[in-house]
Amino acid sequence: MCEAKNVIEVDGLVKRYGTLTAVDNVSFAVRTGEVFGMVGPNGAGKTTTVECIEGLREPDQGTVRVLGMRPGVDHYSLAEQIGIQFQVDALPPRIRVGEVLELFASFYSSPLDWRQLLDQVGLTAKERSPFATLSGGQKQRVFIALALVNDPDLVFMDEPTTGLDPQSRRAMWEMIEDIRTRGKTVFLTTHSMEEAERLCDRVAIMDSGRIVALDTPDNLIAGLKAEIRVAFSIEGQMDTEILSDVPGVTRVEQHGDRIVVHGSGTKLLGRVVSALESSAVSFSQLRTEEPGLEDVFLALTGRRMRD
Amino acid sequence: MLQTRSLRKLLATQVKLYLREPIAVFFTLFMPVALLVMLGFIIGNEPVPELGGRGHLDANLPGYAALVIGIVGIAGVPIETATRREAGILRRFRATPLRPLTYIAGDVLANFLMMVLGVVAVFLLGRFGFGVPFHGSLPSLALGVFLSAAAFLSVAYVLGSVLPTARVATVVGNFLLFPMVVLSGAVVPQQIMPETVQNVAKLVPLTHVVRLFGGLWSGHRLSEHLLEIFVLGGFLVVGVALAARFFRWE
Ligand SMILES: Nc1ncnc2c1ncn2[C@@H]1O[C@H](COP(=O)(O)OP(=O)(O)O)[C@@H](O)[C@H]1O
Ligand SMILES: [Mg+2]
Repeated sequence: MCEAKNVIEVDGLVKRYGTLTAVDNVSFAVRTGEVFGMVGPNGAGKTTTVECIEGLREPDQGTVRVLGMRPGVDHYSLAEQIGIQFQVDALPPRIRVGEVLELFASFYSSPLDWRQLLDQVGLTAKERSPFATLSGGQKQRVFIALALVNDPDLVFMDEPTTGLDPQSRRAMWEMIEDIRTRGKTVFLTTHSMEEAERLCDRVAIMDSGRIVALDTPDNLIAGLKAEIRVAFSIEGQMDTEILSDVPGVTRVEQHGDRIVVHGSGTKLLGRVVSALESSAVSFSQLRTEEPGLEDVFLALTGRRMRD
Repeated sequence: MLQTRSLRKLLATQVKLYLREPIAVFFTLFMPVALLVMLGFIIGNEPVPELGGRGHLDANLPGYAALVIGIVGIAGVPIETATRREAGILRRFRATPLRPLTYIAGDVLANFLMMVLGVVAVFLLGRFGFGVPFHGSLPSLALGVFLSAAAFLSVAYVLGSVLPTARVATVVGNFLLFPMVVLSGAVVPQQIMPETVQNVAKLVPLTHVVRLFGGLWSGHRLSEHLLEIFVLGGFLVVGVALAARFFRWE
């Protein structure tokens, strides 16, 4: 791995709160231009890790380099070049959206035009609205705008979609994809596996202060060698033997008129369908269920992630 | 390093936010003015022998002006600072290159302006609304007001730095404020208090503001108030040092 291509390098990071080791010897690197995801249940240590990288908490052990700088030590020069959105974030309730962007723009040496930024996050109509009157999704967009106001190369987002309704969540996803398209590196934490699969180039799965896996979502899922399920309903009767003989199928279950075929391999679905057609079985409501990062987490930790 | 562009924007924003807080505006700007209006209409300013031939307004006007300084410094700023810290608003600034010193300077300047505005409102209303005569020198009075405001703001920042939550700041602020206001002579003349209480009152910082304002309003020179100037200057220096040491974003 070429050193210069890493925007973040974390080596042996440890952070304790009293007797609790919140981050336990974590090492990884984030590459330029990727969306790097850190996924794990509440309390896994994601926020602690991110804030050690941002220089807002002091690690007990280990080294962290961000854009070649030492967080905490080079705090002000680093703050010029990164954008931060906190998991729990607040602004004075009566400040207006336009005022807060203008204020934060003044903290940086070469800020973006904040009106354009407001337009980008779709809040132009809210420029004169007090912050407290915004919806959850709109508030989150203000915080995203604040994280982008210095046109940073690296943006940290700590659970940006937690607590948002599905529509705002989708809007946030589009915004994150847009940030990536503009060539920025994004460090994202989430406890939604669906979100990580959808947005991230690489994902670190974190549990109890440790990284238990780190790879692309595809590789993580492929590494599971997990089964695919093909489910459908039939009209009338059929002999399930014709499916058991299809290459790749491991098991066939029947629950009334609903049939579930378990198996593996990329051609499984096509083979099942042609077997049904050649035996002239009429079927409907065909669905395939592929394994996701949820299953990866379950396989690695023996526990389910709760959304 | 002070960031002047950020400082200007912070100052403007803080003043705007201040004026949008009706309660804060009421307590700093209107309460002392309202007290003055009530006293003016109910009791008036007839000379009374107990006050050495002065009227009630003559005797109380400087105290009401001092009240503004005490309220903002002991309750207003500490509560607001602790509230912002607890809500995570100060933390938001930590994510940027803003220096703590710039933030504090902006906040202090904004509150300084509000204090001075409140004091000027009381004095102007007394002088021109109720005809309370002014025998002092305007530059000396201005210096006295600036020193008092600066001293109380540094104390305010010490309180705002060490009081952990908005709730604690509210309790402690009010706990300190009410006895301080009573003992300082800002609303109740110290002459009617027992001697031991008067001695305790000398330890109350607001007492020195009341005496300084009272003296300067009635025509004393600054050199006649070296004790008050020394005490308030001491609070300023010690306060700045402590605040710089203990100020926290979160
Ligand atoms: N400031 C703190 N003081 C004490 N314990 C903390 C603090 N911050 C986090 N923790 C604890 O550290 C663990 C990891 O927390 P956190 O990093 O917030 O995890 P996540 O972001 O993955 O939910 C949790 O058990 C949490 O209770
Ligand atoms: Mg977290």
